[in-house]
This record gives sequence, structure tokens and C-alpha cells, in this order.
Amino acid sequence: MKSLRGTWAIGWNTFIELVRMKVFYFLLIFALLIIGNSAFVAKFSFQEQFQMLKDISLGAMSVFTSLLAILATANFLPKDMEDRTIYTILAKPVPRFSYLLGKLTGIMLLLGLSILLMTGMFLVVLWVREHGVLSETRAQLAGASAEELAAALKEVTSSTFNANLAPGIVIIFVKAALLASLTLLISTFSTSGIFTILMTVAIYFIGHLQATARDFWLAGVDVQWWSRLLAAGVALLFPDLQAFNLTDDVIAGVAIPVTLFLQTLALGGLYVAVYFFLAALVFAGREL
Amino acid sequence: MMARRLAAVFLLAVFGAGLLPLQISVEKAAKAAHFRKTDLNLELRERVGQMGFLAALSGFRSPLAAFLWIEAHTAWENTEWGRMAGIFDTVTTLQPRSLLYWDMAAWHMAWNASVAAMQDEKQPSEALRIRAQRQYFQLGKDLLERGIRNNPDRYQLYLQLGVLLRDKFEDHCGAAEAFLRASEFPEAPPYCERFAGYEMAKCAGREREAYELLKKLYLEGDHQRLPTLINLLREMEKKLDIPEADRVKIPD
Repeated sequence: MKSLRGTWAIGWNTFIELVRMKVFYFLLIFALLIIGNSAFVAKFSFQEQFQMLKDISLGAMSVFTSLLAILATANFLPKDMEDRTIYTILAKPVPRFSYLLGKLTGIMLLLGLSILLMTGMFLVVLWVREHGVLSETRAQLAGASAEELAAALKEVTSSTFNANLAPGIVIIFVKAALLASLTLLISTFSTSGIFTILMTVAIYFIGHLQATARDFWLAGVDVQWWSRLLAAGVALLFPDLQAFNLTDDVIAGVAIPVTLFLQTLALGGLYVAVYFFLAALVFAGREL
Repeated sequence: MMARRLAAVFLLAVFGAGLLPLQISVEKAAKAAHFRKTDLNLELRERVGQMGFLAALSGFRSPLAAFLWIEAHTAWENTEWGRMAGIFDTVTTLQPRSLLYWDMAAWHMAWNASVAAMQDEKQPSEALRIRAQRQYFQLGKDLLERGIRNNPDRYQLYLQLGVLLRDKFEDHCGAAEAFLRASEFPEAPPYCERFAGYEMAKCAGREREAYELLKKLYLEGDHQRLPTLINLLREMEKKLDIPEADRVKIPD
């Protein structure tokens, strides 16, 4: 219980520290991006406007949370060592495991809050645009029958928010959480923040090809042994990041089946847990 | 420390092997739900460039498609139909599950580009203008057919294909088939089946089937009893020489 309280205290302090680093300024860029986008695409049909607003907003959410997860996590260990904060904390009866878990908790809090704020902003802009288009439609169809008007209004509302977007946004968070714990793992044996960032970015790209490597390896194609070995290495050591790219199809109006959603959540949760466990294992033996 | 690092790599590989069944299951579930249909191949790489391909590979297909769509709109404003067709190809490859892109791309080709081709003052030969017009009709049809192959679980593109075949190709049999396919979806609006009936009535050899369909629709209730349907039903009864006793009782 005491250890949990200590972990939470580290987590909360990490979160406050990150907030004080003014990381939320990126929300201004996000707001400018989606408001600017909705003004820029005003000349398009309303279906196109809403599609593009969703494309840009969810894409930006994915970019910002991924960047935040990598950059915030990569910096905390070198920074704590430079400030010597880590020695003060670990000199107390705080296990290294709790220290790492606390740090990861703080970053998760930051990611969760960022995604909530971005979702809120996105929904406000979507709502404002929807009401603008609804008013225009009502004015244009002033003389039409109630049935025609209702059909036209339904067409507008069905192009805007749909419940399918919610699981898509949850998956964006899961992918960012995975990247945070992966960065944490790399930072436990890396010597600098830059190295951690470069390694994670490289793994980010390789991870998007993991599924291709896995298929190649498991298909048993008759090629040189070393190329199969390489594919097996990629398949076994890197995360399958393509599995978390569901928002592209969600934006296109496709609903995520419950089984797929739950399996993806489970996959993400397992990645986070194992990367964290391995980070704790390496960090326990690290000389500070 | 080194021993721990090696142990971590070994455990990572063990964990990766343990996760393979779940990864494969997630991929299968995604494919079954028509997710991740985009084929990220060399052809796409050539069309979107290195950065675009990298973005598509990293899970940013939809924003990239949106940017390209804006480019297509600019091409439309400049009436660059050939460039538009190329961009539409890329956009629909990047986002094959977006009905809007297939629908709008087909509409631009079959309706706007075809009219522009027909009114092209730089082309004095009417035969060549007609040929260009037909090529754009065909481009629109191809887009819708490819869209249907990528979205076989949704009715909207079947409906649009029916409209295109009816209005641009005057292919009533093909249009009837497309409207019928659209009407098979539970969420399809009731007019899909009505349209199928109207087109089937004009399809040689399927008049009897069309009559039965129109009759069934009429008997469904007031929501289907539109003047076009009633007039066509009467017309068909005369044409098929339906005995008075078997005819639908339509109040005057």
C-alpha cells in the first residue's frame, strides 16, 4: 500500500513536472490546425468538409500523442540523473520498480489528458461546423416538405460524429502508451536522450513493417536462410504497430467490431506490460 | 549489466513468439472486417513519393488522402481532368474504405469531365469528342466497380453504379441489377428496390419479373405507391396482357 502511494506520488510529480514544461502548448497548434482546416475546406461539400476534418484531426491526434509519448519518456531518465533527483528518490525506501512505474504512470496521465483535450477540441469544432451546415440546409430547404427537410438534416448529422470514432481514439491512446513503455525500455540502457529518441523512431518505422516481415517469415517462402532469419528477428523483436492503425478505416465510416477492438486492446496492454517488465529488469541492474 | 541486457533481448524474443498467435488473430479479424485493405506497394510509392509513402506506412493514410483530395479539387478548378483522374486513383488506393472518395471521384469523371470533353472547343471532331466523353463515363464506372470490390458490405456504391448505368450508359438491365444488389442491404432506402423495378421494366426479357416486383412493392403499402410506380404498373399490365381479374386493384 505504501509502495503504491509512493508510486502514485512519483507519477503525479512527473505529470506536474511535464505540465510545467509547457508541453500543452502543442494543443494551440492542434487547435490552429483543425480550426484552420475547417475554414480552409469551407468551399467543399459538407461531406468532404467533415471527412477532411476527421482525417486531419485524428491524424494530428495520432502524431501529437506519439511524439509526446516518445519525447516525454526519452528525457526523464537522463534529466533525473543530470538533476540528481533520481539519487534523492532512490536513497529513500523506494524500489526502482516503483520509480519506473511512477514515471510511466505520470506519462500515461499526460497522454490521457492530452487525448481528452484534443478530443474535446475536435468535437467542439465538429459541432460548430455541423450546426453551421444544419442552419444552411434549413434555410435552403425552407419551402420543402417536412420529410425532405428531415432527410436532408439526417444526411448532415450522419456525416459528422458517429460512435465509431470513440474506439478509434482509444486505440490512438493505446498506441501512444505502447510507444511510451517502449521508449522507457530503451532509455533504461541508453546513455542519452537523443539515442533513445532515435532508436524509438527507428523502431516506430520498423514496427509498421513487422506484419509484413512476419507474413514473409511464416509463409515459408523459399529464399536465402539469412533473409528469413532477418524477417524472423523483426517479427519476434519488434511490436506490430500496423495492428493499431484502425483510425484510417474508422474515419471512412467503418465500425470496429467488438472482437477486433478487444483483441487490439489486449495486444496493446500486453506490449505495455512486457516492455515495462523488461525495463524494470534492465533498470534494476543499472549502475547509477 | 550486460547479462541483464541479453536476458531482456531473449525475453523480448520469447514474448514476441508468444504473441504471434494474438497478432495473427488480430490481423485476421481486421481483414474479416475489411480493415487494412490498402496495398502499400511500389506503384503507390511512385505515385505519392517517398515522404507520402512513409506517411502512409506509418498510419497516416487518411490525412495524406485528405491533402491529395484538396489537390484534386484545385485540379478541378483548373479543369485538369487527366491530373484529377490520377489523383483520384491515388486517393482511393490510400483510403479504399471511404465511400465518399469513390462516389465523388466517379461523379467528377462521369458527369463533369465527360460534359467538359463533349464541349471541348479545341476538338473540332465530334466523333472524337464523343469518344472522349465515353472514356470518362467508363472511368466513372471503373471507379465505382473498384469501390464496390473494396466495399462489398455497403449499399451506397451499388446505388451510384445503378444511377450511372441508367443515366450515362442507358444500360437498363445493368442498372436494374445494381439497384437490386443495393436493395438487398437491410439499411438501403426503399427507393433502391423501386428503381430496380423501373429499370427492369425497360430491360428486354425481364418484363414479367419487373411486373411482379412492381406489384409486390405496390402491395407493401402507401410509402411505395408513388405516381411513377402506379403508372408503370398499369403500363406493364397492358403490355403483358394481364387478365383483368389478376390485375392490381388501383383506386382512381
